[in-house]
Amino acid sequence: MSETVPVVRFEKVVKRFGESTIVEELDFRVDRGENVAILGTSGTGKSVLLKLLIGLLRPDDGEIWLFGEPTSGLSEEEFAPLRRRMGMVFQSGALFDSMSVYENVAFPAREAGIQDEAEIERIVAERLEWVDLAGTQEKQPSELSGGMRKRVALARTLSVDPELVLYDEPTTGLDPLTGRRVSMLIHDLDKKLSSTSITVTHDVVCARTVAERWCYLSGGQVLADGRPADLFDAAEVEVREFLADFRAVEAVDRSGEEGSAAREGGRVG
Amino acid sequence: MRAFLTSLGDFGIYSGAVLKRMCWLRGNGRAVLEQMRRVGVDSLAVVNLCAFFIGLVLTLQTAYLLAKFGAKPQVAKIVTAAFVKEIGPVFAAIMFAGRVGTGIAAEIGSMVVTEQVDAYQSFGVDPLRRLGAPRVLATAIMLPALTAIAVLVGVFAGYLYAVFEMQITGGVYLEHSRHALSPLDIVGTMTKGLVFGLLIGLVATYQGFRTPRATEAVGESTTKAMVAAVLVVLVADLFLTKFFMILMEATV
Repeated sequence: MSETVPVVRFEKVVKRFGESTIVEELDFRVDRGENVAILGTSGTGKSVLLKLLIGLLRPDDGEIWLFGEPTSGLSEEEFAPLRRRMGMVFQSGALFDSMSVYENVAFPAREAGIQDEAEIERIVAERLEWVDLAGTQEKQPSELSGGMRKRVALARTLSVDPELVLYDEPTTGLDPLTGRRVSMLIHDLDKKLSSTSITVTHDVVCARTVAERWCYLSGGQVLADGRPADLFDAAEVEVREFLADFRAVEAVDRSGEEGSAAREGGRVG
Repeated sequence: MRAFLTSLGDFGIYSGAVLKRMCWLRGNGRAVLEQMRRVGVDSLAVVNLCAFFIGLVLTLQTAYLLAKFGAKPQVAKIVTAAFVKEIGPVFAAIMFAGRVGTGIAAEIGSMVVTEQVDAYQSFGVDPLRRLGAPRVLATAIMLPALTAIAVLVGVFAGYLYAVFEMQITGGVYLEHSRHALSPLDIVGTMTKGLVFGLLIGLVATYQGFRTPRATEAVGESTTKAMVAAVLVVLVADLFLTKFFMILMEATV
């Protein structure tokens, strides 16, 4: 029975900032085990959606259900246990400047009530190994590169095995190679941990790597929702235009591969 | 005017929320001690150095004026009363607002801009309890302590000037100083330190948490914290001085 309960359900959610409506009667759901990418141009409410999910912003209207529980009217204290079932990787990493890498990664575990220092040491070492940063425990955030900061942030978020992981623009500010590595890492960890994830991004390469379902947001509403292949052929012009460059690159890649295969075939023949 | 009243109301709600969390710190003792070290111990040198020179200048000016009326021996009473009741607590508070208040506003403001405050919340941690309450409690505890030390240093500076420059004997100076004060004056000085510390902590953390998400906003929050803290201290000083005067008259 619990398998049918969606992890996240938005029901006619509205969020306004002053006069402008950022999220407008949004309906959206994510089931357990799904890896979803939220795509869209800047200012369409993608990051607001994540902040609504984790309770940093509250909707002006509508209802958000998390793990089957309605969240409207919950106080900060009542929301805290729900937040502990989720983890969010922030755009900037948001590592705590005053703490070492070890203390950063240990933070959620300590907050979850783990007091045995040996157990915390084990968790920190394991999570850092997952993100290929073993042995960096004593470093300070200021000593890390942008990609390393994101990976430490990922290790920190995963230190308490959250049921739902939220990624806010995980590749923004990274060079293409590091961005691809971070995307692959997210993909591998989602598969390894069988976690449910929502990734907000405008990087289509990242979305292609980390998610099997894409939601395209426009004007605070879901304009298209489905498999990547469905969105490439979406009826909405805006969606097709957004994906046009990526589609062209993929087509070149495909024709390149076909050409190589043909050349290989010719040589053998 | 409407914006000012809205900000005042917001500050009132914020202060109530932080004060509630200060009463129930739940395992934040180490954070409070760390903040006490940062805001108190690290401010000792600058506050006391300033108190020493202000004590010297105050004695110099007072002695110059009193000499015109042939009342030079009264210098101890005036300097001690002025420094203990008014100049010491207010000056220590202004120095504290400049050094500690701005530091707190900048630190929390930077954490807001870099999403660290959001990160605390995302892990189910209340930022007011974890970041706000320990800092406000530390300022409320450490400013009275700093005020007491600054007052002693200021009065001692006056003593040195009177003894070495004005040839007043040390015993006479101390005797006059003692008669210038009542136990209620000491209570008033310490109460001022406590209230000023509390207000500076609240104003600084409030400005920090309300920093908009822009890099230049941290600088603006820091400036606002300094200006607002000094203003709030001076207004509170007026009310506290009047309150203790009424109390003094009632007890005499």
